[in-house]
Amino acid sequence: MAQPLLSVRDLVVEFPTRRGTLRAIDKVSFDIQEGEVLGMVGESGAGKSITGAAIIGLIEPPGRIAGGEIRLRGERIDNLRPEALRRIRGRRIGMVFQDPLTSLNPLYTVAQQLIETIRTHIDLSEREARARAVALLDRVGIPAAARRIDDYPHHFSGGMRQRVVIALALAAEPELVIADEPTTALDVSVQAQIIDVLKEICAERGAAVMLITHDMGVIAETADRVAVLYAGRLAEIGPVRDVITAAEHPYTRGLMGSIPTLTQTADRLVQIPGSMPRLNAIPQGCAFNPRCPEVFGRCRVERPDPIDRGSRRQVACWLYDTAKAEEAGNV
Amino acid sequence: MSDVLLKVEGLTRYFDVSKPWLNRVIEREDRQFLTATADVNFEIRRGETFALVGESGSGKSTIAKMIVGLLEPSAGRITFDDQEMNFASGAAMRTLRRRFQMIFQDPYASLNPRWHVGDIIAEPIRTFGLASGNAISREVGRLLDTVGLSASDAGKFPHEFSGGQRQRIAIARALSSRPEFIVCDEPTSALDVSVQAQILNLMRDLQDEFGLTYLLISHDLSVVRHMSNRIGVLYLGRLVEVADGKTLFTHPRHPYSRMLLDAVPDLTLSGRRRRQVEGEIPNPINPPPGCAFHPRCPHAFDRCRQEIPQPVDADGSLAACFAVEEGRI
Ligand SMILES: Nc1ncnc2c1ncn2[C@@H]1O[C@H](COP(=O)(O)OP(=O)(O)OP(=O)(O)O)[C@@H](O)[C@H]1O
Ligand SMILES: Nc1ncnc2c1ncn2[C@@H]1O[C@H](COP(=O)(O)OP(=O)(O)O)[C@@H](O)[C@H]1O
Ligand code: SF4
Ligand code: SF4
Ligand SMILES: [Mg+2]
Ligand SMILES: [Mg+2]
Repeated sequence: MAQPLLSVRDLVVEFPTRRGTLRAIDKVSFDIQEGEVLGMVGESGAGKSITGAAIIGLIEPPGRIAGGEIRLRGERIDNLRPEALRRIRGRRIGMVFQDPLTSLNPLYTVAQQLIETIRTHIDLSEREARARAVALLDRVGIPAAARRIDDYPHHFSGGMRQRVVIALALAAEPELVIADEPTTALDVSVQAQIIDVLKEICAERGAAVMLITHDMGVIAETADRVAVLYAGRLAEIGPVRDVITAAEHPYTRGLMGSIPTLTQTADRLVQIPGSMPRLNAIPQGCAFNPRCPEVFGRCRVERPDPIDRGSRRQVACWLYDTAKAEEAGNV
Repeated sequence: MSDVLLKVEGLTRYFDVSKPWLNRVIEREDRQFLTATADVNFEIRRGETFALVGESGSGKSTIAKMIVGLLEPSAGRITFDDQEMNFASGAAMRTLRRRFQMIFQDPYASLNPRWHVGDIIAEPIRTFGLASGNAISREVGRLLDTVGLSASDAGKFPHEFSGGQRQRIAIARALSSRPEFIVCDEPTSALDVSVQAQILNLMRDLQDEFGLTYLLISHDLSVVRHMSNRIGVLYLGRLVEVADGKTLFTHPRHPYSRMLLDAVPDLTLSGRRRRQVEGEIPNPINPPPGCAFHPRCPHAFDRCRQEIPQPVDADGSLAACFAVEEGRI
């Protein structure tokens, strides 16, 4: 396999607090290939946003990357100085957040913000940058872009603002776009539009996407591969179809069964007992063990590392440890 | 005993969203009204789950609040078990109030943070004089047990519980007045899917056990599909379609229902080709004339811009659409 565009190895993110250090991300590893859409799912607090923030160097102090490496085309970016990071952010990695207003400055017109972003990263004249900005707005589906570009963010509806943010994220032709819950704040009918735009325009420009969401449906329709996070750890990662139709990790299986669908009308949904532990109460061994229907002795003592399951799939669960399987005589 | 437990006729609610008087005088503006709910009609039968689905601002919560008596309708009638709700008469409302309860989206905001869980749950029991003395705490313990918590949780405060557990507390409280009817406004929207599954399962079990009737409000079509017998689809305060679950999800008639269904991402990887959904919800203060959906509707024609469509029977659905009425779609 070619060198990955982004490679995250054994990432650890910690937040020191008065009552001890919280480990929000605990040895998470994954790759994103060029042009690939990697979905990142998990329940609230699983560590999705923190993973994204770590990649773009936006962990809020005193939080810090306490271990591991992040490489962009082989080059380490987790230990860069703030100013070098700023050059990567926007230029090589674009960002789209849940609330469009966090990415847009209310005091400047959309034109001013787009042109500034383009000219910071690409050597263009004001006029060239403006033409490019208009083309971009047009591409993300802003009607009458040449006129609307001089409006302020609050003149746009929620969906239109998120289109502007996508235009902004792509303005400098980044190689990777990190989109954190880009549609969660939008209405159902608008969510589909935004996901479509994001997906198409990234594909067109060959940008890879890390799509963070708690919505499995969005992942199913958009991502090539999916990573499932649980309590700051990677539970399972693999091609979307495999993970959705044949989940291997007991947590992923429970998660998939617990989602109501438009076609199924089973009487009861699959139910995982309890809820995800807080960071200060992660159990010893496998973090999922108190809720796991298949838990056995080892799970309560030793933490499982991701185990290779072929076709770029990994599952962090002792059930798939060959040594154990052999022991049980069912290889 | 009639089959219909709750009936809503011509239910309408305006909100005055005018600027303050002085500003209006200076800026020469008229009063402005927002129509949150317009001429809504439906019936809920005993023991069923009726769902209202719609996007943000479509009027779901406004309808819920009018039904449980938290908000007075601007026009229309609400009839519960053949008794018309009379907002003017406190005594009449009080007797009715015991028989229905409401569960809200945010289980934290709806529970008083300074009260013990036991007192939160006991409040309706005391208000309606359903038990006294030790019987109250026994009843609270039983309710906690019913919703999957334990009697010893009565002495704790809401903040000691997770979101899903807090929603269980809200459900226990709603059950404590032994209601027949529960209005659930986005009961799981603030919860993670695995916790949502626990709450939806619990709601179903309770319905079977106590013969409850539900009005379920949600913007999540999958949740609605899973839980409901019949469904009403709202758009800008108006009911555009009412049908039973299967009909709505296999043969939606109204163009907006179709669009909404197309917008839901497909978890089953069926490769279903989604139609591109157009546009966004317009400002409810100045909704488009005629059929409010016409600027986004692929089937709109002249009549849609002039008249407001009324619900008509269409293969088991009630759909308010001229194209359906005239057999164009
Ligand atoms: N007290 C109020 N004053 C003015 N306008 C209001 C008030 N309450 C609701 N509205 C307006 O009425 C319309 C319907 O609101 P409602 O809360 O019923 O929507 P909803 O369908 O429950 O939406 P959501 O999915 O966001 O909860 C909206 O346009 C809303 O802004
Ligand atoms: N500034 C912070 N201080 C302490 N803990 C934090 C901070 N930011 C996030 N966390 C914790 O890190 C964990 C992961 O958070 P996050 O990545 O935001 O989750 P999500 O998967 O919902 O995006 C959560 O338990 C959260 O409470
Ligand atoms: S390691 Fe053990 S507890 Fe963890 S998911 Fe696998 S079987 Fe369950
Ligand atoms: S009445 Fe007209 S505009 Fe409204 S949904 Fe039907 S066809 Fe579309
Ligand atoms: Mg997040
Ligand atoms: Mg509401």
